[in-house]
Amino acid sequence: MIINLLVQGAQMTLILVVAPLLIGLIRCVKARLLRRRGPSAFQPYRDLARLFRKELVVADSASWLFRVAPYVIFANTWVAAALVPTFAAGLFISRSADMIAIVALLGGARFFLALAGMDVGTSFGGLGASREMMIASVAEPAMLMIVFCLSLLAETTQLSSFAVFMLSGEAGLRVTLGMVLLALAMVALAENGRIPIDNPATHLELTMIHEAMVLEYSGRHLALIELASAVKLVLHLSMLACVFAPWGVAEAGAGPRALLTGVVLYLVKIACGGVLLAMFETGIAKMRIFRVVDFLSCALMLGLLGALLLFVSRSF
Amino acid sequence: MALFAFVWLSAALLGAGAAGAFFGRSSFGRVGVYGFCLGACGVQFFVAVGLFFGSVEPQTVALPVGIPWIGTHLRLDALSAFFLMVINLGGAVSSLYALGYGRHESAPNRVLPFYPLFLFGMNLTALADDAFTFLVGWEFMSVASWLLVVSHHREEGNTRAGTVYFLMTAVSAQCLLIVFALLSNGEGRFLFDAIRQAPPSPEMARVLAALVVVGAGAKAGLVPLHVWLPLAHPAAPSHVSALMSGVMTKVAVYALVRFLFDLLGPSDWTWGAGLMLLGGVTAVMGILYALTQSDLKRLLAYSSVENIGIIAIGLGLALAFRAAGLSHGAALALTAALFHVFNHSLYKSLLFFGAGAVLNATSERNIDRLGGLIHGMPITAFCFLVGAMAISALPPLNGFVSEWLTLQAILISPALPQWLLKFLSPAVGALLALSAALTAACFVKAFGITFLGRPRTSIARQARETDRWSLSAMILLSSLCFLAGGFPGVMVDALASVVAPLAGGRLPHQSAQSWLTLVSAENGRSSYNGWMLFLFILVVSGLTSYGLRRWFPVPLRRSRAWDCGYPETSPMTQYTAVSFSQPIRRVFGSVVFSAREKVIMPPPGDLRSARLVVTLGDPVWNVLYRPIIGFVLFAADVVNKTRFFTIRHYLTMIFCALILLLMVLALWR
Repeated sequence: MIINLLVQGAQMTLILVVAPLLIGLIRCVKARLLRRRGPSAFQPYRDLARLFRKELVVADSASWLFRVAPYVIFANTWVAAALVPTFAAGLFISRSADMIAIVALLGGARFFLALAGMDVGTSFGGLGASREMMIASVAEPAMLMIVFCLSLLAETTQLSSFAVFMLSGEAGLRVTLGMVLLALAMVALAENGRIPIDNPATHLELTMIHEAMVLEYSGRHLALIELASAVKLVLHLSMLACVFAPWGVAEAGAGPRALLTGVVLYLVKIACGGVLLAMFETGIAKMRIFRVVDFLSCALMLGLLGALLLFVSRSF
Repeated sequence: MALFAFVWLSAALLGAGAAGAFFGRSSFGRVGVYGFCLGACGVQFFVAVGLFFGSVEPQTVALPVGIPWIGTHLRLDALSAFFLMVINLGGAVSSLYALGYGRHESAPNRVLPFYPLFLFGMNLTALADDAFTFLVGWEFMSVASWLLVVSHHREEGNTRAGTVYFLMTAVSAQCLLIVFALLSNGEGRFLFDAIRQAPPSPEMARVLAALVVVGAGAKAGLVPLHVWLPLAHPAAPSHVSALMSGVMTKVAVYALVRFLFDLLGPSDWTWGAGLMLLGGVTAVMGILYALTQSDLKRLLAYSSVENIGIIAIGLGLALAFRAAGLSHGAALALTAALFHVFNHSLYKSLLFFGAGAVLNATSERNIDRLGGLIHGMPITAFCFLVGAMAISALPPLNGFVSEWLTLQAILISPALPQWLLKFLSPAVGALLALSAALTAACFVKAFGITFLGRPRTSIARQARETDRWSLSAMILLSSLCFLAGGFPGVMVDALASVVAPLAGGRLPHQSAQSWLTLVSAENGRSSYNGWMLFLFILVVSGLTSYGLRRWFPVPLRRSRAWDCGYPETSPMTQYTAVSFSQPIRRVFGSVVFSAREKVIMPPPGDLRSARLVVTLGDPVWNVLYRPIIGFVLFAADVVNKTRFFTIRHYLTMIFCALILLLMVLALWR
């Protein structure tokens, strides 16, 4: 019990520590691919530390919600990330929420982010909130269809049990899994506002979604929101890793050796994911905002087809 | 005997209605009637809770009033107890709210007499044990609510709302009347027990089930029978809107459950398939309609349509599972639907109370003219936020739990034997997921435009917090939303006594689970723990906040909004409800609502401002209702001509009619 709690705490800390590094790594790789030198991979830590120490400037028209929202967003995202098995499965809180709850927790974070964007009463905030909710209205069902597929395969919606199921090799090679991989990758791109959906590096009015909502934030509020979005990226990569590359995930009650292997392998997996993402982002252009819906509808349809395939194949 | 408590208190509600007619104009009348309703509903609520959470044995009573030789038969079983709990909780909280809200009522003598009658009708429907009592209760509920809808009949649109509502109510009652007539089979079987002992043949049952879905569905607001709901619910005073949306639609759900699971005998999978499909379409259409609204109360009414859709999905799944003999699936789906009934009654009442408070403070229902109310009305804003989060199915609140259970029920549907259902259930699951995501967008809009941002008009700037009665009602409902979300296992365990006789099975004992975790099946395939998640989020955000303030004690400065360096001065440049929903309107609305946007540019030199006009078509109204209305008007025109005949014509017609009838009679023999 106590060890379980400790491992849980270690996992949460690991996610928090790794998140800015992952962002830094992606930026670094992207810079190299574009033949720039770029800042070091540790730059995001410096940015965060600087933001924490900066004075907070809050708009006159902001209400209590504006000041509470960063904490809620951060807590929701972090708790959701803690529910995803990274290097060990069957942890303390993994039974308290399943994949549907993880999707809903991220939905809660987004709900508050959109509200915070609207709180100050600038048109940029409303613009970001409105666009974000539009994208979410397709991305969330797509994510739920992915959850459907996975839980139909493993007869569980607990991500932790799912990792164990995948480790056991019972799943085999399935068409549905391929569809899910593609759909999950597409949703993850959209949810994290990466190219081709949103460009995390620009502040161009025509393209911005996430940045538009957080324009009015400063100091530690901004730092928390930035950290939350980094954690969200780690969450999605961990999810992809634990579903499609579950090697090395320590099962419940494993010894320190297995845990250590799990950590090392996990870090390798996340780093690979980051490099792949950077390469993908360098090779593709951003799409028009209303194209995003077509893009995500593809993910939704892939999820639905995968689920239908399972429904049909099961009866034979 | 608990049943007698209901009999006496309901009768007292009738009396309160009469008293309301006499003292309607005085403040004494208001406090008396609402206070009495609060007391009566409160006592009934606690009795119902006692019965619901204790194991209830069905009790019956026959009263010597009503139709001769039939009388009035009442029965109290677990299903009735659950719905009585929902009805009386809603009734009590609405009365509490009305103690304060009713002060602003411009025509109290049009509201006070009918309010208790409305409550009486709903209680009687849930208690009825024979066809006549059921229909009397149903009609009391319908007519009293109609009278409340037209209480402000001089306001624009309310008369039309009343007319549409009255017609739809007539359709709904007609359908149920035919169902009872066919069930009685010409042998005078009006007692529910007699109906249960002689269930109709499978073909007949299918027809009856369709009629029930139309009859009760029209009252509940299933698409395409929902047209009256967004007109009528906003027209009534807000505490009545809350009752109509939060509670009356649930009485219709009660009728659905009572007929489809109890009176019509063994269920057929086609009912389940039909109801599921209808539910899925209702959920998505309802929330898409809601997204395009700028009227806060109408938006809430449309969102009720969506929630009824979710409930219908649960009921349909339960029927399909029951027909296939999968008792665990049936229990899961029915529990999900009934839990959603309870949850929706909580947060929809809460949201309507919030809307009423806003309406009182600003006398404005169009949210495009509000904004920034969170500053003037902080407690209302907080309660509305809780309701908005609950309805958007965000953990750890209660709305999430019932949607989670519904999704779990869909996930075990591959076990169903029918192919149609195998294809249908993932599609319905996708519709459910889509509606859940759109709900979040809708309520970000509703809360964000109304309460956040800068005030768009001076009335919004001057808005002040509402009275204490209203606030206490809202706070009560908010805390219930948290409790039901945190400890759903208690509710699920209590629902087992309702579900077991109807579905033939039950969910695992939730109280036996460690840490009060909610599980959907014995093998632990899925679990959810609301309070632990809530505690976790609370601790993480609290510690983060404390730690950051401790280690980085930096000052906070208020300043003008930055807005990329070009802050707009006029608050009218903020996003409005219309502009917020523009992307979603463009994505979904161009097909569903044939939404068109047109920019009207004045010619050069003209000083008028350019205007953006958004036109939306209502597909259901255009396709289904407009032809019917056209036909009725045409028929009325034709029949109207017969009014201007001469006496000679009339005599000829009478003669012809007589001959015709005699011929029919001769052929019949």
